[in-house]
Amino acid sequence: MKEESNQEVKILQGNEAVVEGALAAGCRFFAGYPITPATEIAEMMAERLPPLNGIFLQMEDEIASICAAIGASFGGMLACTASSGPGISLMQEGVGYAAETEAPIVVINVMRGGPSTGMPTAASQQDIMQAKWGSHGDYETIALMPSSCQEAFRLTYRAFALAQKYRVPVYVLSDEIIGHTREKVRIPRGLSPVERQRPRGEKQNYQPFKAGPDGLLDGMPAFNEGYKLLVDGQLHDERGRRAAHIPEVCARLTERLCWKITIHREEIYDLEAAFLDDAEIVVICFGSPSRPALRAVKDARAKGIRAGYLKILTIWPFPVERIRALPDQVHTLIVPELNVGRMVREVEDATAGRKEVLSLPKLGGLLHTPGEILEAFEKRNR
Amino acid sequence: MNPIGEKYLRKDSLPFLWCPGCGNGTILAATVRAIDLLGVIDDAAFIGGIGCSGWIPVYIKADAFHVLHGRTMAFGTGLKMSNPKRKVIIFTGDGDCLGIGGNHFIHAARRNVDMTVLMVNNQIYGMTGGQVAPTTPLAAKTKTSVFGNPEDPFDACELAKAAGATYIARWTAAHPVPLSKAIAEAISHEGFAFIEIIAQCPTQAGRLMYGISDPGAMLDFLKGKTISAKAAQGKSGEELKEKYIIGTIFQDRERTEFSKRYFQMVGKSGRDA
Repeated sequence: MKEESNQEVKILQGNEAVVEGALAAGCRFFAGYPITPATEIAEMMAERLPPLNGIFLQMEDEIASICAAIGASFGGMLACTASSGPGISLMQEGVGYAAETEAPIVVINVMRGGPSTGMPTAASQQDIMQAKWGSHGDYETIALMPSSCQEAFRLTYRAFALAQKYRVPVYVLSDEIIGHTREKVRIPRGLSPVERQRPRGEKQNYQPFKAGPDGLLDGMPAFNEGYKLLVDGQLHDERGRRAAHIPEVCARLTERLCWKITIHREEIYDLEAAFLDDAEIVVICFGSPSRPALRAVKDARAKGIRAGYLKILTIWPFPVERIRALPDQVHTLIVPELNVGRMVREVEDATAGRKEVLSLPKLGGLLHTPGEILEAFEKRNR
Repeated sequence: MNPIGEKYLRKDSLPFLWCPGCGNGTILAATVRAIDLLGVIDDAAFIGGIGCSGWIPVYIKADAFHVLHGRTMAFGTGLKMSNPKRKVIIFTGDGDCLGIGGNHFIHAARRNVDMTVLMVNNQIYGMTGGQVAPTTPLAAKTKTSVFGNPEDPFDACELAKAAGATYIARWTAAHPVPLSKAIAEAISHEGFAFIEIIAQCPTQAGRLMYGISDPGAMLDFLKGKTISAKAAQGKSGEELKEKYIIGTIFQDRERTEFSKRYFQMVGKSGRDA
């Protein structure tokens, strides 16, 4: 461990960086269940949380894990869970419950190959659509995708901030490669924990689900603080009372659960661009493939190809406008991803046919080589 | 409304959504009387599962969760651990607790998490219209056991005991006074407290399984099937067949409750503890 003035430099595995990010954000509750390749997160939480007066629970399954985390969230703590593939599938009813009751929780998915038990020890990005559509009914989530251990730290910290602000389940979509890669992580000193906004209204007759004009709720009260909270997974009115029989109340809530995220998308977006100024072919990447993609862009540049790089760190909400804003001279977009080619459809939608979009899917658990992406640049170079 | 109702019920949530003659109103009343006796309303955290009895907490003027089917005790474990001072009180049905939530039930009991679990057993899935449940008697006809139930029912109290619950009682909705006393005992008990409450469901169980649709007649019928824990001692399995043993069935005051044990082991006090 090397000491520097304003930061601590550590060599961390991605799974460890996630834990550091969560603890720095003030997460003090974790409930989980062992699963490859996410287990290290639980192991490290089990060691680190108790000395911080936090709670680590190994539950009987992933359903119980996410439910315990939601219980702790309304209990007043910043809470999270972590899993992979089959475990994330089991958690989906909890994700929907958290979305519907506006419970801030963070769900770490260290993605492995699927479907079903799939490839426990190999990476994929096959769960990116699950992160948006996994639970039944209409709702929105936020999903962040790190491509390095440093980003795993930073995005996990941010996931807690976003969860508290937008009162929504936030995913960190890591994968087996990042989870098990060890590299340098700079942890800023004196990073303040995420503050949960306190409720501002009177306790008497408080309306815990009354949103402001921005669609967001007032601060979050916890159980046993005198607010007499009623938290219901059924559609409810602003007091929390069952409203499944009142069409307009149900419609209003369901719509708000979606637009409270989409109208704030510009504040949520996080992208990184490089070599875009004169670029004609741009790689649109996210997560692990961003790394061979950047190498490929540099190699293409060395060969005189006007290659560009756009990395998406917040895949949900999808940054449609940022793709649309790519200048006219960009004629082709290359989309490498570790699945059959899912995000490429979002990119195609965003370009509305004005650019050529080349899908570069990769399955089987291996990462694209820079050469494979470079080859795509070379093929499309006019 | 009587003063206890005035004090503890969310009047703006009334009327109840239950059928006329349902046992849940009696159980709600027995619970708020116990809460009043103990004076713990501000520390109480109610959780209801899915099904008729899961709605009980939404009528109580206190902090309440109405959660996912079968998951009450998982939510309750998170809620309890995030502030061990809380009195977590759970309403779950026989389907919610023993069917879809069976795994959470046995593990919460095994951990001896300090919570009160009131399992309302109407022997049927009532809210969905009368389907066979893990508690439906052998051979009983329901909408999904049309030719008779080929399965044997669970004995929920035996299951709770085997799993590690440290307070176990059984009462019926025909015993509101001892039930209220038992709920107060369960809330005061430090550890996993389980009460099975046999309740009349005239609309579904009564009509489909017993040919009784009158609530009063159903209460008499259920009461007639009970035998006190004391009277049951020494009786053979054959003599107790189809009987409900009522009263306090088991209590272990020695075993340390989960949150206490957890914080002792990690050498911390727990948040707000």
